[in-house]
Amino acid sequence: MTGNQSAADPPPLLEVRNLVKHFPVHTGLLGRKTAVVRAVDGVSFAISAGETLGVVGESGCGKTTLGRAILRLIEPTSGEILVEGADFRAVRGKKLRAMRRHLQIVFQDPFSSLNPRMTIGDAVREGIVIHRLAEGAEADRRVRHLLEEVGLHGEIANRYPHEFSGGQRQRIGIARALAVQPQFIVCDEPVSALDVSVQAQVVNLLLDLQRDRRLAYLFISHDLRVVEQVATRVAVMYLGRVVELATADALYREPLMPYSQALLSAIPVPDPVTRRERIVLSGDVPSPANPPTGCHFHPRCHHPGRDAACARISPPLEEKAPGHWVACIKQPPTTVPWDVQLQHGATNPPSRYLPDLTAIRA
Amino acid sequence: MNERNTLLAVENLRTSYRTTHGTARAVDNVSFNIDAGEILGIVGESGCGKTATALSVLRLIDPPGRIEAGSHLWFEGHDLLTLDEEAIRQVRGRRIAMVFQEPMTALNPVFTVGDQVAEVVRVHTSATRREAWARAVAMLDRVGIPEPAIRARSYPHQLSGGLRQRVLIAMALVMRPALLIADEPTTALDVTIQAQILELLQELQREMGMAVMLITHDLGVVAEVAQRVIVMYAGQVVEEAGVQDLFSSPRHPYTRGLLRAMPRARRAAERLQTIPGTVPSPTAWPAGCRFRDRCADAFEPCGNPPDLFDLGGGHRARCFLTQVTAATAPTEPSMPSRI
Repeated sequence: MTGNQSAADPPPLLEVRNLVKHFPVHTGLLGRKTAVVRAVDGVSFAISAGETLGVVGESGCGKTTLGRAILRLIEPTSGEILVEGADFRAVRGKKLRAMRRHLQIVFQDPFSSLNPRMTIGDAVREGIVIHRLAEGAEADRRVRHLLEEVGLHGEIANRYPHEFSGGQRQRIGIARALAVQPQFIVCDEPVSALDVSVQAQVVNLLLDLQRDRRLAYLFISHDLRVVEQVATRVAVMYLGRVVELATADALYREPLMPYSQALLSAIPVPDPVTRRERIVLSGDVPSPANPPTGCHFHPRCHHPGRDAACARISPPLEEKAPGHWVACIKQPPTTVPWDVQLQHGATNPPSRYLPDLTAIRA
Repeated sequence: MNERNTLLAVENLRTSYRTTHGTARAVDNVSFNIDAGEILGIVGESGCGKTATALSVLRLIDPPGRIEAGSHLWFEGHDLLTLDEEAIRQVRGRRIAMVFQEPMTALNPVFTVGDQVAEVVRVHTSATRREAWARAVAMLDRVGIPEPAIRARSYPHQLSGGLRQRVLIAMALVMRPALLIADEPTTALDVTIQAQILELLQELQREMGMAVMLITHDLGVVAEVAQRVIVMYAGQVVEEAGVQDLFSSPRHPYTRGLLRAMPRARRAAERLQTIPGTVPSPTAWPAGCRFRDRCADAFEPCGNPPDLFDLGGGHRARCFLTQVTAATAPTEPSMPSRI
């Protein structure tokens, strides 16, 4: 995770250390600050070039805020953002703009993320001009090339967004992000608003572009099937915290955090003759303004070892297996010793719990 | 299985909308049945006509939309299209109920959720205010709302998305309808909440013996819940089959394309198979087979409109290729194995 690379290694493309974003809640006539919503509550990870880190979680888990805080579209409350080792949070003005060129975003809603009064060509051209990458005929040539690269005709540059379908608009959004030659793109639910057949086209486009340009993606989605398809590693978020971080393969094969287990078991299996054991969680996700104490997930947790200590100890994100980080004091091994757990009222020693989530032919 | 007890027979349903670009034939000659007590999935992408079909069954098509002459909706011995306003109101909510996708916009923000469920009872029965309220609270309890007597006094904005969807289900089912139309009932919900709601719907369906028309774009949801499936494309039914049949041997190229386009397990960073192109516009459906331009298997006959060919065993497909294979060797279409 953080701090464990040797001095000889080049710094990762993007590293986030203990990122926090709290939103104040103002109520009453005088608008006094009465509470804070801990939307992102101490998140750390690193992404290298050519890699996709998937971020999954349910509404309100903080995944969208995380994506925006990394780009400083929302100013983080605290924490570090390092772009190739350089402190992104320290830069201002011109320098900030220059650095931002390398960090782009593709939004969920292709209908509201394009200016309806701007032609497609102008929308794609905007970044090229602002960052002075090209001008005049050269800029036009680049715009045409970008549109073709995302699978559209170069001639559409003179047309307006309303003339295009959702999938085509998402391609335009991608072309716009690519225009400034970024190294890193936050993809915030990029295919969630699209139909299945179009979704596949856009996912393929993102994969092709990544291969050709060695792009790094932070791929935010509530759709675990899409994330499994695109991600190299996956972070599972719950109420502002990363509760599991592992390679996609390890996470989908052997989810260790009980929340991830429930999340994966809830995906409908697109095959009527197979069934999988489903962990049905009771209740809803609690409010991030008033999260449960200790492990945020403990009131809904189905781990047989859950006990009083889970409500009192905030579980650290710890490495349970090489590269597999999990925040759960009941899944061994844990860095929270048994005597400490006992002091906090534990009754059940950690024991490995791994429900069988493979789909079984009925 | 063989004794079919048809609850709703949709016959040659045509629903169109007048737009500035011409007439959009959203539902174009659609026929299918729903048996009492069965769950029928209707699958398709945006603009295929699945929601317009559902709204037509409830006669909720308002101008500039209209249901064309020659359409029939047989339900419990009547053609719903011949009923007057008062009679259709008696059917709607009492015999046929609907759950919509967006639980926030489907509820009235200025009434408590208990009032809204009780209102349904009062419209359809002679129950007193107090009786209606009691039935509402009992129904809210049945759909799994914790502390129903207290929550009944909440306003919609005070409830989570999952609870709001439960309220809508309570409203739809409080009169124990014979048919529930559920239009993307879980699309706006998180996956763990979706699992809860699907479980609840199946449970209530079994308990009340009602039929469900489940409209969704999610083949995973269909595979888990439906017994029979209709696939719609460009305003038409392109395939109809039992759910196992549809997933194990899809016969229409569009259905096969949809199944292949779904992200599959354990294939990280591998390209998905796609259906090229986009759905045609409802104001100008292509002549002949409407899927022809996107179909890899299109051949000469596809210039003519294909019928919905009967392939036996309740399996129908609107594709000339199925006719060819039926005439020669009935081969199983090769499908990649899925998890």
